[in-house]
Amino acid sequence: MLAEMIQRLFERSLGDSEQAQAREGQWLPGLWAEIEEMGLPLALLSEEQGGFGLSAAEQGEALRLLGQLAVPLPVIETMGANRLLASAGLELADGPAGLARADHLVLQGGRLTGTVERVAWGEHLACLAIAVGDRLYRVPATGWTLAEAGSAMNFQPRPALAIDWAVDASAPLPHCPLAEGATLRAFQIAGALEAALDMTLEHTATRVQFGKPLQKNQVVQHELAKLAGELACATAAADLAGEALTRGDVLGVAAGSLRAREAAGNGAAIATQMHGAIGFTREHRLHLYTTALWTWRDEFGGQVHWATLLGRAARDAGEAGYWPMVTAL
Amino acid sequence: MTNIPFPAPPADSAEVLALRTEFRAFLDKLLGHRSPRLRSDNWYGFSREFSRAMGQAGYLGMTWPKQYGGHERTAFERYVVVEESLAYGAPVGAHWIADRQSGPSILKFGTEEQKQTILPRIAAGELAFGIGMSEPDSGSDLAATRTRAVRDGDLYRVTGTKVWTSFAHEADYLILFCRTSGTPADRHQGTSQLLVDLRNTPGLTIKPIIDLAGQHHFNELHFEDAAVPATNLLGAEGDGWNQVMSELAFERSGPERFLSSIELMYQLIAVLQGREDEAALATIGRLTAQLAVLRRLSRSVAAMLQTRENAGLQAAIVKDVGAVWEQTLPDFARQLVDAEPDPRTAAAYAGVLANIVHNAPSWSLRGGTREILRGIIARGLGTR
Repeated sequence: MLAEMIQRLFERSLGDSEQAQAREGQWLPGLWAEIEEMGLPLALLSEEQGGFGLSAAEQGEALRLLGQLAVPLPVIETMGANRLLASAGLELADGPAGLARADHLVLQGGRLTGTVERVAWGEHLACLAIAVGDRLYRVPATGWTLAEAGSAMNFQPRPALAIDWAVDASAPLPHCPLAEGATLRAFQIAGALEAALDMTLEHTATRVQFGKPLQKNQVVQHELAKLAGELACATAAADLAGEALTRGDVLGVAAGSLRAREAAGNGAAIATQMHGAIGFTREHRLHLYTTALWTWRDEFGGQVHWATLLGRAARDAGEAGYWPMVTAL
Repeated sequence: MTNIPFPAPPADSAEVLALRTEFRAFLDKLLGHRSPRLRSDNWYGFSREFSRAMGQAGYLGMTWPKQYGGHERTAFERYVVVEESLAYGAPVGAHWIADRQSGPSILKFGTEEQKQTILPRIAAGELAFGIGMSEPDSGSDLAATRTRAVRDGDLYRVTGTKVWTSFAHEADYLILFCRTSGTPADRHQGTSQLLVDLRNTPGLTIKPIIDLAGQHHFNELHFEDAAVPATNLLGAEGDGWNQVMSELAFERSGPERFLSSIELMYQLIAVLQGREDEAALATIGRLTAQLAVLRRLSRSVAAMLQTRENAGLQAAIVKDVGAVWEQTLPDFARQLVDAEPDPRTAAAYAGVLANIVHNAPSWSLRGGTREILRGIIARGLGTR
């Protein structure tokens, strides 16, 4: 039901020209207004929190769909920020929002200062949910200035923001913004890979070389099978991370997030290769997905961060404790 | 959209969690003394004694009806026992094939008499089975089978050769895939399955095939006008192709498709104790993430089997991705630890590494080659 609404909204209001604007760093105010009108920023909240009270499966479907549509706005970031703010008992976001962990920020004399790096669409946000140590801060847009421009692999903005804010809204941290963001990115990655597989099947069915469609070649079929495997892994990885986030298991989030990040790279490579040269252009829509995959796989803690965290836990579990650790993920 | 669905596996129930604890204790008690090298044989280990203990404790035929010696437990409870057996490197060979595919095939297609005489003995851990599919000229192309069974009164007269039959020199029975009418050109038509008594069939000879590790699992079976009672026909004559595909679905769906080298992971972790090497930890982390996701996909297949959905396509994906994991593990290990593998050493790491490197090539061959699986997946995507 929510999925159908999302599908209808973006089919109507998100086309190639909007994608081109976003690629130039231009904010899409009309589309954002429609997103707010639908209530999407509240989609991950329970009914008591003023949200939709969706099941895990419904949440996953909606999140994957946002990836599948390559939505060029910080929708999932706002959803994640709201889940953190609601869990902490803080006021919800009053517009597009971001979430970050920034332990290097300094709290002195009731003011929070320092720089938060690479915030998606930072200059257009209404507020940020920032974790410093074991507290969550709700920083409004008046609490920061633009420090430095930055861009993601899909050319959407990732500026650094200089925070200077008299703290008036904070609470104990319910869970880590990196875990929240990494989990949501895993769902987006799965959705984008779904779109990439569809495009690759379509292209290899219609592109004829040597007198037959590309996908009648066994070597092409085997690459398609591998892409389907990466998609299956990414989808299961996102679900695994989502369940782990719900029960507060950071190792499960690490496992799910890591496998989704890996699938992003593997899947993008296969899809591009199977498209031939057209997949390397902006003329084909595949680039919206490959460049998004190359963006999302390195955000909210990098691969090394999550892999060493999980690897250290595995090493510490030891020879006999390793398998029980795996079955608990 | 073309996403091949893997339904979310249900959270472990209290019964499943209790079973896991209980079964781990069972394995510790019976097998706690075995060396890492022996454990790394994984499901090629063969012990009649262990299989009988499994049967006595109710861990075989777990999902089958009680009237045939089964225990009417869920597919998930069986999954727990199977994956814990493999993760422990238990010597499951004497019940593995019977419990996994031969028993379920007999339950699905067998006569009442076959079910009553054979299934309770499998569930008791007393009957070991082999697989009778491949032939010298019919490997991946199973429909090209040449082994022929000709009806002669109340017998079938069987002539032909089967190869790669693991444990045939130890096992009691085999489900033989063969041609009962027509020619190999008829492909799927005219094929059937017969239950063959490996210990008591005149005209059957069994010869070892030694693998490159020097081990004797495989055998070559020659049938020369061998007499098999007509009552040993499994299912319907001529329906062999559908039956053998169903048997392969049982064969391809389990966690054995990514746990074959798990002992090497344990030994790698043992070697890394006390080493604060970020790159090594990151590698272990990535491998663990891959394993956790494979396990989730595999449990999803178990959920589909529980509700009797056709999971053939999903099983092919798990086996394809899983075989890559278990096969490439030694390469990751070799990037982290310098050790010369030695198949005869008592040293845990070098001995396990040798056994894994020797055996790994077979993991993307057995139960359907990587190429066959990717063809199945591609067909599932609608490419042919």
